[in-house]
Amino acid sequence: MNWLRSVMLPAEGSSYAREVDTLYLFLVWLSVFFFVLIAGLMGWFVWRYRKSRSRGGPTPYITHHTGLELVWSVIPLLILIGIFFWGFHGFIKANVAPGDALEIQVTGKKWLWTFEYPNGTRSINSIHVPVGRPVKLVMSSEDVIHSFFIPSFRVKQDVLPNRYTELWFDPVKPGVHQVFCAEYCGKSHSDMMAKIYVDDQAAYEKWLEEGDEELKKMPLPELGKLIYETRGCNTCHSIDGTPGQGPSFKGIWGQQHKFADGSTAVVDANYIRKSVLEPQAQVRAGYEPIMPTFQGLLREREILAVIEYIKSLR
Amino acid sequence: MADVIAAPGQLSGGGTQEQKNYLNETKGIASWLFTVDHKRIGIMYLWAVLASFFIGGVFALLVRLELLTPKETIMSAEAYNRVFTLHGAVMVFLFIIPSIPAALGNFVLPLMLGAKDVAFPRLNLASFWIYAIGAIFAVTAMVTGGVDTGWTFYTPYSTTTSGAVSTMTFAAFILGFSSIFTGINFIATIHKLRAPGMSWYKMPLFCWSMYATSIIQVLATPVLGITLLLLIMERAFQIGIFDAKLGGDPVLFQHFFWFYSHPAVYIMILPGMAIISEIIPVFSRKTIFGYKAIAFSSVAIALVGFFVWGHHMFVSGQSVLAGAIFSFLTFLVAIPSAIKVFNWLTTMYKGQISLKTPMLYALSFLLLFAIGGLTGVFLGALSVNVHLHDTYFVVAHFHYVMMGGTVIAFLGGLHYWWPKMFGRMFNERVGAIACALVFIGFNVTFLTQFVLGSQGMPRRYYNYLDQFQPLHAFSTFGSWILGLGLLIAAVNLFSTFRKKPDAPRNPWGAATLEWQTDTPPITHNFHHTPTIDHGPYDYFPGQRKHA
Ligand code: HEC
Ligand code: HEM
Ligand SMILES: [Cu+2]
Ligand SMILES: [Cu+2]
Repeated sequence: MNWLRSVMLPAEGSSYAREVDTLYLFLVWLSVFFFVLIAGLMGWFVWRYRKSRSRGGPTPYITHHTGLELVWSVIPLLILIGIFFWGFHGFIKANVAPGDALEIQVTGKKWLWTFEYPNGTRSINSIHVPVGRPVKLVMSSEDVIHSFFIPSFRVKQDVLPNRYTELWFDPVKPGVHQVFCAEYCGKSHSDMMAKIYVDDQAAYEKWLEEGDEELKKMPLPELGKLIYETRGCNTCHSIDGTPGQGPSFKGIWGQQHKFADGSTAVVDANYIRKSVLEPQAQVRAGYEPIMPTFQGLLREREILAVIEYIKSLR
Repeated sequence: MADVIAAPGQLSGGGTQEQKNYLNETKGIASWLFTVDHKRIGIMYLWAVLASFFIGGVFALLVRLELLTPKETIMSAEAYNRVFTLHGAVMVFLFIIPSIPAALGNFVLPLMLGAKDVAFPRLNLASFWIYAIGAIFAVTAMVTGGVDTGWTFYTPYSTTTSGAVSTMTFAAFILGFSSIFTGINFIATIHKLRAPGMSWYKMPLFCWSMYATSIIQVLATPVLGITLLLLIMERAFQIGIFDAKLGGDPVLFQHFFWFYSHPAVYIMILPGMAIISEIIPVFSRKTIFGYKAIAFSSVAIALVGFFVWGHHMFVSGQSVLAGAIFSFLTFLVAIPSAIKVFNWLTTMYKGQISLKTPMLYALSFLLLFAIGGLTGVFLGALSVNVHLHDTYFVVAHFHYVMMGGTVIAFLGGLHYWWPKMFGRMFNERVGAIACALVFIGFNVTFLTQFVLGSQGMPRRYYNYLDQFQPLHAFSTFGSWILGLGLLIAAVNLFSTFRKKPDAPRNPWGAATLEWQTDTPPITHNFHHTPTIDHGPYDYFPGQRKHA
């Protein structure tokens, strides 16, 4: 049945995924069976008992058949009860995280995901986790309800503003997994995505220490573009001149900007650095002070990259 | 009465166009707007729900067109969010809920019972007027800023977003009353106004299903009303019930909402089942199989349906125990639906089946509703639900039951009773072609979405990953076929107004009472109070005695 699994379901990223898939595939075949039964009987009756074929005269007067009706009530009932227990079994597993799991704090906010590791390392819209060790996410929201959905792990959990919810998974092999926000949360709901990188132990520790190797090799403007796209800047800032929640980046380099308090400044490297680290210090006139600070989230080289990138958007 | 009731299509001519009937007895717009005749109210409801269906349908085609490609195709993200919300809200509150009960049901239920009218004719008119006022509020909400919350109005998004959320919620609140009024009326009518000799078990199954629907309408709708009022108060006065920032609980809203809205899905499907239980025996010319099983499963669905709302909330943070209970009850409520499907199938066994347009819709219903019900089982299974919840799989599931089930049944019923309502026959061949296009288009559009959802495509997404594009595009093509089919069906029906009335009294050879009176019926329905000398599905009346 592997072909069906690969057509219908994303690749399995955890051992738990296998249990869900087995039930899913069972349900597919069960449905195919009952559908064929229903469609087959229907087709056969329509053909066999079509009017043009009848010899006239009354049709038989059959009002009920207790035995038959019991059969088609009790058998489905037993099947459904079986499915209930099967689904419940997996659900319990998905709800009880092993005690030794690596705990990562997750915060959802329109429209980005922030992660914080036990050692204080933080990241936006991407996390790295070691292969073979269960990971537990402890999640909450700063605004509306979001939902953390990792298709390849077959797990999903709403992220609520007034309480902590948990979700766990046990990644089995190195690779990259997509995260979606599955609870509608407004304009950029569909862009509220993140990536989970499953690393081997060595690569994971290195990442915790110094950040991503690939990123270090990248030329600055290119890195800046990547940060713009992956760290959530694009949910508020456009690069084509249309204003969104925040001003567009297009052509702002070198411009004179006016702030809510009446002061002005020219957009240069220092101004951008300050906008990213202390966004509330100078709030542009006409915008709300809603930009989150990236203090501790962006490394020095990454801030330089953003500056170069904005510079390149003429 | 003849010993054999004519077979479908056997009678021709004999239209009663010259006679006085409910359509031509009085003239002028006021004679319609202030009528208390259940038939005229039904027809006004019919035009209103068809208009809503058209508007909701245009929104649907726009949604699908936008999803043809990732990122922007024809509109911005904000516009998209408004359009899908309006699509859902219009389809649910303005179209599907009133469609079968208030439009078709209003017209045929009293006729089927052999009654002169519903029990409370003025309340019936009030229901229509309230519906109209609700619709005006809904339209106001659309033109004064729109709504971008989804038809589910989840808090705290709905209490914090801008737009005309309060107006739209208020519209749904008002519409609730029109639904409650219809429910009260049907319950009283069924209890009190059955023709002499019509015992409960001699009622057509349509009436049983309507009875079950009415119970839900009367018991569940007030909960929605209160919930929506609380939402409005939260927005206006920050009373702090749902908004976490004010100390409220956002998940509470979901409980309240689904406590109504799950029963409401049965407000939508039971009337569909009602129609199918009429069409299948008529076009099989064979008595219904398992009358009592069908009747009681309607009632069972109505009652158990009140205790499964939590299956919409398995990943909302509700406890594991609650999840388990709701999952178990969800499986129980699936059984009566399965029973009905098997009963309808068995009714066709050894029948004399003629594939007229209404029957084609009924057969489409059987296939599509089967898929809808079977995929409901996926969603009821806890571990699988966690993966599929809030993906396109859910979107596909509920379209199979609501569109493939209810809307297809509505179209079947519309074709079935059209001759009775307007005294005119539509073109059979065109009707069949339209039905085929609808069936094909529907499956192309929505079968695809089961795959999309299983692969992890979340719902309410404006933008999506490139890997999903081929399936999204396929689904969009399907929506065009579907739209074309519906258009042809509409042209086919409406073009009957260009010819003289030509429908006989009983074109399909049915045995229920609405076919025993004139076509179109006179204002008081029957010339004499009908007497019941055979069951609603006895096509060969001598039989019962010999059997
Ligand atoms: C939640 C929305 C949001 C996100 C995410 C966001 N910003 Fe902002 N940003 C704003 C808003 C609103 C303003 C204007 C008000 C202000 O100056 O604080 C702004 C202003 C700025 C400015 C000053 C622009 C000008 O025209 O003066 C810069 C530079 C900037 N942001 C960079 C970034 C970068 C880089 C990122 C990503 C790492 C980012 N922002 C993420 C909302 C956001
Ligand atoms: C066999 C019977 C059925 C079963 C077992 C079933 C089960 C379910 C479950 C478990 C869900 C929740 C999925 C999720 O969001 O995770 C669901 C969603 C839904 N179902 Fe069904 N269902 C059945 C029949 C119906 C019928 C008859 C209708 C309507 C006519 C219906 C309409 C809906 C709707 C509208 C939703 C989604 C609402 C939303 O989130 O916007 N279902 N169903
Ligand atoms: Cu979201
Ligand atoms: Cu439900």
